[in-house]
Amino acid sequence: MVKKILSYCYIYIILLFLYLPVLYLMVYSFTAAELAGQWQGFSLQLYADLFTNKEIMVALGNTLILAAISSLVSTVVGTLGAIGVYYCKKGFRTLIENVNQIPVVNAEIVLAMSLTVMFVFLGQNFFGGSSLFSFWTLLAGHCVLATPFVYLNVKPKLQQMDPALYEAAMDLGCSPTKALHKVVVPQIMPGILSGLLLSFTLSLDDFIVTAFTRGPGLLSGQAQIETLSTLVQAKIKKGAVPPEMRALTTIIFLIVLAIVVIYSIKVNAKNKDGLGKHAKRRATK
Amino acid sequence: MKYKSFRKALALPFTLFLILFILIPILFIVYYAFTDSNGYFTLDAFKSFFTSTVKLNVLLISLLIGIFNTVICLVIAFPLSFLLANPKINKNYMLVMLFVMPMWINFVLRTGALRDLLSVILGAIGTTTGEHPLLCTMIGMVLNYLPFTILPLYSTMLKLDHSQIEAAQDLGCNPFRTFTRSIIPQAMPGIVSASMMVFMPTISSYVISDTLSEGKIMLFGNSIYLSFSNSDWNGGSFMSLLMLIIIFLVMLATHKFQGDGGERRASSW
Repeated sequence: MVKKILSYCYIYIILLFLYLPVLYLMVYSFTAAELAGQWQGFSLQLYADLFTNKEIMVALGNTLILAAISSLVSTVVGTLGAIGVYYCKKGFRTLIENVNQIPVVNAEIVLAMSLTVMFVFLGQNFFGGSSLFSFWTLLAGHCVLATPFVYLNVKPKLQQMDPALYEAAMDLGCSPTKALHKVVVPQIMPGILSGLLLSFTLSLDDFIVTAFTRGPGLLSGQAQIETLSTLVQAKIKKGAVPPEMRALTTIIFLIVLAIVVIYSIKVNAKNKDGLGKHAKRRATK
Repeated sequence: MKYKSFRKALALPFTLFLILFILIPILFIVYYAFTDSNGYFTLDAFKSFFTSTVKLNVLLISLLIGIFNTVICLVIAFPLSFLLANPKINKNYMLVMLFVMPMWINFVLRTGALRDLLSVILGAIGTTTGEHPLLCTMIGMVLNYLPFTILPLYSTMLKLDHSQIEAAQDLGCNPFRTFTRSIIPQAMPGIVSASMMVFMPTISSYVISDTLSEGKIMLFGNSIYLSFSNSDWNGGSFMSLLMLIIIFLVMLATHKFQGDGGERRASSW
């Protein structure tokens, strides 16, 4: 019993340690003080300020647009790649998988630097010295981050799939495209979805690749594209986290919390289902 | 047999993508590392790195902080994941999710929050974050990388063979020997992939060290970032190449322990 209490203490102390900075911002998001750490009475002023702060709203919009486009592109390229490579010869497959592993193990800053020098070189030598940096280079950067993970998420699902199904579908008169769409894709759907989700979050959270490969575009217009990460970084380099960001932290936290709660309710329900089936099977024996 | 070539053709965009955005950029890094600003071959970047005590210091400090951070994260996360994998303590997945959740809040924002919090705490005892750059950076590193350590360790802990641990105890091992002879060897793949996930990102991190040490601690990542902001493509490329070689060597050294680190990282979802 004592052991159990100690275990829980340890777990919850570490959890508290992990959440402390975020909680700190969240608590002080409900007061209008300029600096966190000063309580000036309960107020929702910061939440109102947040939605009228153009700088933050532009950055938020950029972040979401970029995450949506880059995760879609990565998911399509990665999924098609995983399907195609799965049916290729073993030598080619090993080669592709090794190359795919490079961005996974590589440091983000090395990836970012390598893309940047490539764009610099191409701009200097093939585009008459003009800068290539724009939304497109940024998109390429984010896809490099995400696509390998989509591939890694889809691959195991393909391996679990019954290879005869695809051929059966074609024997029964499906065209290759239709067989792919009706038979293969539904089977690997969980892998595709987790790949999509992962690439979305990778893009949301990224700072280094964004800072290196961004150019003018999106909602920032002629100015450099600002995402949440780059905006916050620029702000905290000069001083404290801006007050409106505290309100934003609370909102992000609540969204994440809601997703996690829904997800775990689903997982629990599934587990209970599974248990029920087992129990029934045992009972009939 | 036409459908077979159709299926293979699906890999075409992905293959092109890998060549264009992963392989060719690395070739450009090699090219820039060994040329000067006019594109002529030179070993200047190489020489200036290995003759500059500042840059060698950066390399040394990065490696030390990387090792230090890996060890701290492992020491905290090992018992933690052992407890989390115990069904009596952690009945459902929720508790593990709680450890992963902070990762979904923008990490620059989290780092800024920590810096503000630390400056309030340190302010209360009459000092500032700028006066304790190493302490603050280490706290930030541990906070940020702990979840990455917990996940792979947790998934190996779930697979621990408990009958082997009991057998070790029955055969007369004291708790310490049980731990070193049975639990550690069994958890080795998790330990290795957790270390990889902490060590490499730590030495190449930029935001954490820059924010929390008020720019006083330069890690390898900060150094590369600095040459990026100065448009020093040659120096930056050389350091990136060096980083790439370090990563490759570490991968090679840990290869036999490593199941599929990447897959484990990806399937943490």
